[in-house]
Formats: sequence, C-alpha cells, structure tokens
Amino acid sequence: MIKQRFFNPLIFLFTLSSFIALNSCDTSKKKENKEPEIEVQETKSATAESNELIPEYIASGKSVYTQNCLVCHQSTGTGVPGLNPPLKKTPYVLEDKERLIGIILNGSNDGLVVNGSTYSNAMPAFAMLSDLDVANVTSYIRNSFGNKAEPITENEVKEYRATLK
Amino acid sequence: MTKNLYSTKGFIYLACIALISLTSCKNTEKSEDGEMNTNSKLALSDNNADLTLPDGFGVIKVADSVGAARHLAVTADGSIYVNLNQPKNGNGILYIQDTDGNGIADSTSGFADYGGTGIYLTDQYLYASSDQEVFRYKLDENQKIANDTAPDTLVTGLINRRQHASKSITLDGSGNIYVNIGAYSNSCQQQDRTPGSQGMQPCTILDSAGGIWRFNADKLKQTYGDGTRYATGLRNVVGLAWNKQNNKLFVMQHGRDQLHTLFPDLYDEKTSATLPAETMYMLNEGDDAGWPYIYYDQQKNKKILAPEYGGDGEKTGAENAIDPVMAFPGHIAPNALLFYTGDMFPEKYKNGAFIAFHGSWNRAPEEQEGFMVAFVPFDNGKPSGDYEVFADGFSGMEKVESPGDAAHRPTGLAQGPDGSLYVSDDAGGSIYRIIYNK
Repeated sequence: MIKQRFFNPLIFLFTLSSFIALNSCDTSKKKENKEPEIEVQETKSATAESNELIPEYIASGKSVYTQNCLVCHQSTGTGVPGLNPPLKKTPYVLEDKERLIGIILNGSNDGLVVNGSTYSNAMPAFAMLSDLDVANVTSYIRNSFGNKAEPITENEVKEYRATLK
Repeated sequence: MTKNLYSTKGFIYLACIALISLTSCKNTEKSEDGEMNTNSKLALSDNNADLTLPDGFGVIKVADSVGAARHLAVTADGSIYVNLNQPKNGNGILYIQDTDGNGIADSTSGFADYGGTGIYLTDQYLYASSDQEVFRYKLDENQKIANDTAPDTLVTGLINRRQHASKSITLDGSGNIYVNIGAYSNSCQQQDRTPGSQGMQPCTILDSAGGIWRFNADKLKQTYGDGTRYATGLRNVVGLAWNKQNNKLFVMQHGRDQLHTLFPDLYDEKTSATLPAETMYMLNEGDDAGWPYIYYDQQKNKKILAPEYGGDGEKTGAENAIDPVMAFPGHIAPNALLFYTGDMFPEKYKNGAFIAFHGSWNRAPEEQEGFMVAFVPFDNGKPSGDYEVFADGFSGMEKVESPGDAAHRPTGLAQGPDGSLYVSDDAGGSIYRIIYNK
C-alpha cells in the first residue's frame, strides 16, 4: 500500500514534466504541409454527381477564376502564406453566401484572419464582373479544392448587388 | 521491471528525468569555456538535410519547427537569437543554445510579446523590430539579455498597413540604424492591385514608406521627425546589410507584382512571370531607386516606365533613378542579405554577398521558383561576377506549384563566430548551419 502511494505522484510528476518539456520546446514536431482532409476530394464529389452532368458553373467559373483570381489564390486554392488567404476549406468561402459575394464585389483590405493566420495583401473589387460571372466563380470555388457547398445563383448576386446601390 | 518503479532508485531516476525535463527549456547556464566548437564534434545532417551545396560544404540542422523564423543573429559563443513573425507560446524572439557542442540546439528560451522580422546583434545590444517599432536589449558580457521585459524603444510609430510591413534593420557601426519601411502598395495605383487603375501622381506613399529611414542607434523614442529618409523609391526591402569594405548600405528590393493581371493587353502570363527583376542596390544618402514609376527589366537591362504611369513595356523612365548593381529573376523574394567576412569558407566567398530567397508566388500559373540561397562574389564593395545558386532544395520538391507546398523557405541569414553560415526558414521553422569541412 505504501508503495502504491509512492507510485501515483511519481507517474504524475513524470507525465507532467514530459508534457511541459514537449510543449515548451516543440522542436521535434514536423511541419504538416498538407491540411487534414476534412472534406471529400473534388474527384469524389464529381463521382457523387456521376449520374448528372458536371455543372456548367465548373467550366465557366474556372475560366473566370483563371483570369482574375489564380495568381493570388493559386491554382491549388491554397493562397500564399501570410499574403493571400486560402480558398480551400475556409468559412469565408463555404459559409455565408452574401459575405462571399460582398468580398468579390467590394474587395477586401482588412487583413483577414483565416484559420488563425493573418493575410496582408489587399484584394481589389471585382465589381466589373457580370452577375453570372460572379455566380459562376463563387460556385466554382465553393466546389473545388476539396470544397463542397451549395452553388450561388445569378439571381442571388443580382439581389446582393442591388443592396449596394 | 515494473518493480523498479516502486523502488527508491526508481524514484530518484524519475525525479531526475522530471527535473531535466522541467529545466531543459529554461535559460540554462552554458557549461562551455568560450572555445569554438571543432568541426569534428559537429553532428552533420544526413544527406545535408536534403539541401544541395557546392562540394565540401555540409549542413547541421540546428533546430526544427521553432515557428515562423524571420531574421536571426549568432553570438560569439554560437547561441542564436531569432525573431519570429508572430509570437509562439508567447515568445516573439527565441534564444537558442547548443550546450554540448554537437551543433544541434538543446536549449531554447524566449521573450518579447511581439512578432517581427528585424534583428541585429552587437557586443552590447540586441536590436529587434516589430512591424512598427525598433527595440534594443542590453546584453551582458556573454551577450545574454539582462532584462528581457524592459527593452529600450528606439523607434516607434512606423507605418504598418500589413502589406510589406516587415521593418528590417541594420547598423553602420557609426551610431546609425537603418530601417526598411516598405510601401503598403504594389505599384502605387489609385486602387491597389486593381486592373487598369492608374498610378497616383505623385505617389504620396513615398512620404512615409517605400524607402530606407536612418535613425540614431542610441536615441530613445524616435519617430519619422527624428529620422532621415536615407533612400526612396524602394518598394519593399526585407534584406539589407552594411558593407564594411566600402562603407555603403546594400539593399535587396522585392520588385512589383502582377504585370499581366493588371495590364493584360501589355504583358502575357509568361512575361509577367519573368519580369520585373528582383534588384540589389548600393545606396548613398538621397538615392532614389525609382519605384513606383519604373521597374527594372533584367532582359533589356533598362528601367522601364511602369504601365500605371503610361508605360507600354518598352518606354524607359525615371532617368534620375539609380541602377541596380545586380539583377535577379523576377518574384523570387530576396528576404536576407549578408556580406560574408568569415575565414571558414574558401577564399572566393570572402566579402561576397549571400542572399536568402523566399521563393515566388507571383509566377503562377507558371511553376514557382527560387527557394534557395544565392551567392554573389564581391571585390572592394562591387560585384565581381554573376550570382550563383549556393544552397538549394529547401522546398523539398522538384516542382513547386504553390509556395504553401514548400517545406522550407529561406528567410534569414547570419554568420557564426567560426564562419558558419546560418539560414532560417519561416515555413518549416528550421535553422540550418552550413559549414565548410574540407
């Protein structure tokens, strides 16, 4: 019984010290290059829709993306660390449709914090894009790079744009 | 075996482990005698930690995953101060030691509640910057900080609008400190980074940014009115260094972005991925490097009028602006500059410049390039040959599609007391030490 009493604080001390050492040094942890896969891959989502045609917005949205968005947000949708935020698996892309349409039409120079990192570059307004182009490109990014979210319609963009006037 | 755990010996053993674990990350006293490590004791990394280097060079991976390591400095006993882009576990600056002489860090402590880039070390002071201030910490005879919670504030109130916010610093040894204040803009357009938007005429950003400011290295609480705009027309300088051979300030400018995106009728994607050059300037007081009115075309070797200011890709401009002393490929982001004064490396490296390139993003959709450390030979303060790639392979991959994929991105450079070259990395948080061992 006496030995038992010794044992418990020992293990506690050992665990505590290891914990402190691991947390404060943090020299052994390898950098994770890939974000954890929390969503299905694009190819899989296409498979899920294999009974249907690939939606029209994928091709036309990609064309708008390539011309206007790709350099900063990259072909992978992962953005540039510290400069341009990722589009992959971020609430700004996947959640509130109006907020996303608003960023595209108004631009953004707020130093967005996305998944704990701040992004410093200014994004210009893309108000010159048509409602259909905005609908296509937002729908494309909401369903690419592993993202899956409801597409945005031309009418939704039109209604949002009307609130700006 | 488990019985041992219950014994007195087991208790002492565990208590020792606990004690070591608890103290290993504190600011432990170094049991070293001031002698330099001999190369034979150094634990060289297998396969040079996957870097490619010229023959005879080896790599010790001093530390890994320390955080977003920006600029660094090495003390006379080989300890390292490194400024992190943002504090990690509450520490914006780390003090990293190798107490057993194998070259690998075994003791790390930290201080400073701010993130930043700049760091500079003298015998008496450690200078460090946040994105709007410059601080200095008094050092003891071992170059350890006496009071890490009460630095002097040398410069305050520098403009920080996130874009190009790094306040890199260097000293000239004559009582002056030079601070980069990057332009919070790509090309001083009326609407930043907006296709077709024209340039501000004149570019008012240059009043408080887009240049190098000089301050007194011994005066507290200075701001713009106390300093001198030493040189202007520099979009963003992250790497800068004082050349002691000719007593001049040298800087590495990050050239402008997005020629194709902003002016698709004038520039195709390939041209935009290539132009403009990243440039090295030698500065005299009052110099103007020409941003935003011109960019440097490394193929034509000319200062070309920026499209925001009426340029067409051919017309030259800003004839009063200085020329670079060396031009590098576009967009590869020079983040540190160091003049090598050590004796360890072969003679050709003496007084030459090492440049840490962070690697590109603006080349997309072309593949990304330039995750490497380059070398430029110098003679009496002038480049005496073309640049060459010195250390490569930081990205850890053959082809980099997007910079976020790169495992490591060179960011800072420092010279050790034995002449080793240290390289920091703000992606993987590694610190490399490159030695010559022939």
